Amino acid sequence: MASVIEAEGLNLTFQTGDGAVQALKDVNLAVGQGEFVSFIGPSGCGKTTFLRVVADLEQPTSGRITVNGMSPDAARRARAYGYVFQQAGLFPWRTIEGNVMLPLEIMGYPRGERRDRAARVLELVELKGFERKYPWQLSGGMQQRASIARALAFDADILLMDEPFGALDEIVRDRLNEELLRLWDRTGKTILFVTHSIPEAVYLSTRIVVMSPRPGRITDVIDSPLPRARPLDIRDTPAFIDIAHRVREGLRAGHVDVV
Amino acid sequence: MARVLPVVTVVAAIVVFWYAATVWLNAAWTRDQAARAGLSVTFAEVVADTMAQERPVLPAPHQVAAELWKSTVAEEVFSRRGIVQSGTLSNRSLIYHAWVTLSATLVGFAIGTVAGILLAVGIVHNRAMDLSVMPWAIASQTIPILAIAPMIIVVLNSLGVSGLIPKAIISAYLSFFPVVVGMVKGLRSPEPAQLDLLRTYNASAFQTLRKLRLPASLPFLFASLKVGIAASLVGAIVGELPTGAVAGIGARLLTGSYYGQTVQIWAALFAAAIVAAALVGTVGAIERRTLRAMGLLR
Repeated sequence: MASVIEAEGLNLTFQTGDGAVQALKDVNLAVGQGEFVSFIGPSGCGKTTFLRVVADLEQPTSGRITVNGMSPDAARRARAYGYVFQQAGLFPWRTIEGNVMLPLEIMGYPRGERRDRAARVLELVELKGFERKYPWQLSGGMQQRASIARALAFDADILLMDEPFGALDEIVRDRLNEELLRLWDRTGKTILFVTHSIPEAVYLSTRIVVMSPRPGRITDVIDSPLPRARPLDIRDTPAFIDIAHRVREGLRAGHVDVV
Repeated sequence: MARVLPVVTVVAAIVVFWYAATVWLNAAWTRDQAARAGLSVTFAEVVADTMAQERPVLPAPHQVAAELWKSTVAEEVFSRRGIVQSGTLSNRSLIYHAWVTLSATLVGFAIGTVAGILLAVGIVHNRAMDLSVMPWAIASQTIPILAIAPMIIVVLNSLGVSGLIPKAIISAYLSFFPVVVGMVKGLRSPEPAQLDLLRTYNASAFQTLRKLRLPASLPFLFASLKVGIAASLVGAIVGELPTGAVAGIGARLLTGSYYGQTVQIWAALFAAAIVAAALVGTVGAIERRTLRAMGLLR
């Protein structure tokens, strides 16, 4: 399995008003093609920071990281990934279709292809028929689906998702989790997914990276034995509960050695 | 009806207060005149006289209304020099003078708005401009416009530029500032996550400006334009004062004060107020249409 993302001895220190904060300490991780990797941990553990380093939105202080074999900067310029933020962040003056076409306009796709691609990804996230609506006319869950469509529109191989469902209620979140798995299955993308929900991480991932704060670091990496096809009620099986337990243990262990 | 009643009530209160003030402020002159003539006047005679003086301290509302009618409709429709009989606006009508001021206002407003937007774009994109332009812009507004207006007129006149352009420049001088302040805030209004999003697309600074910063700044721009267009009108009127009362609302104010024609001054003030209200109202209407079309107004 080819490595899509490789991090070796990655460190990142923020200089803040009251001293230096080590957001990432000696992070080593390789993510293979087509994997679904979740990052879980309490706030301040560096999970979002790691995603932002992959996206070239933060610069590491030391260490090495490659994305598709390139530096994060080169990968960003090559538009190697789509990024989904915690807030949908749709532009209120654009329709849903206009929002999905935004990256395509910036990347210089011709008009006809922009429409075709927007139609395709909006169907993929089940927003067909909402092309002409404005963001405020959609629920929070639908807005987040539109923002996922926007990240998918230019067909990057990597999808970086930073707590995309964190602001949504449990019922909507369950549905979107199911849809996301289906989408991952159909598109074969490599997904890096930040969350602070244990069931969400276990339900979605092929691998779960457990992180802990001060300094932000990886404390455990758990491979999931769950099959690729996952109905929602897989969450009641002993295998699922067993992994969830291991994640919880990992989070607790990470917490204990700071206190 | 629910909207008309409060407005009518306030207007009625103002008119009542105005008439009371008219009597109070003009009575001294009436009594003075009567005393010199050795006559005694009753209170009713005093009240009647305060509202019909030729050069009152404060003209009564109906005097101002009559003057407005006389110097607009009556002058243009019935007078020999009016547009109906001569084909051109009469130089004694407020419509003519308001148009002179309005054209300078609109040219100045256009210059000020374009300059303000360009400066704001420069300030947001260039650190040197960010640090250097804003203090100058603020300093420019602390200089009283009445002091600098004659300088601009004189300097431009010596360069052979006179007429509308010098007034428009004074007008632009007042209107660019609110546009700069509003646009800098507006261009910086996108959230960090929205800017990060465009960075992940590897968008250029120009694309970021066009697709995100400019649309996001529009509500701020319109708020500034409303302030700016009123300031433009003030600038144009002030610009007319040092030119020796040739034409425009400012010229009417100046000739009125030369000859103590308070009724004429008040009529000109009302003309200015009506023009200002129309201008701000027009900007507001464009604002509502634009923001609604952009989905920013529900």
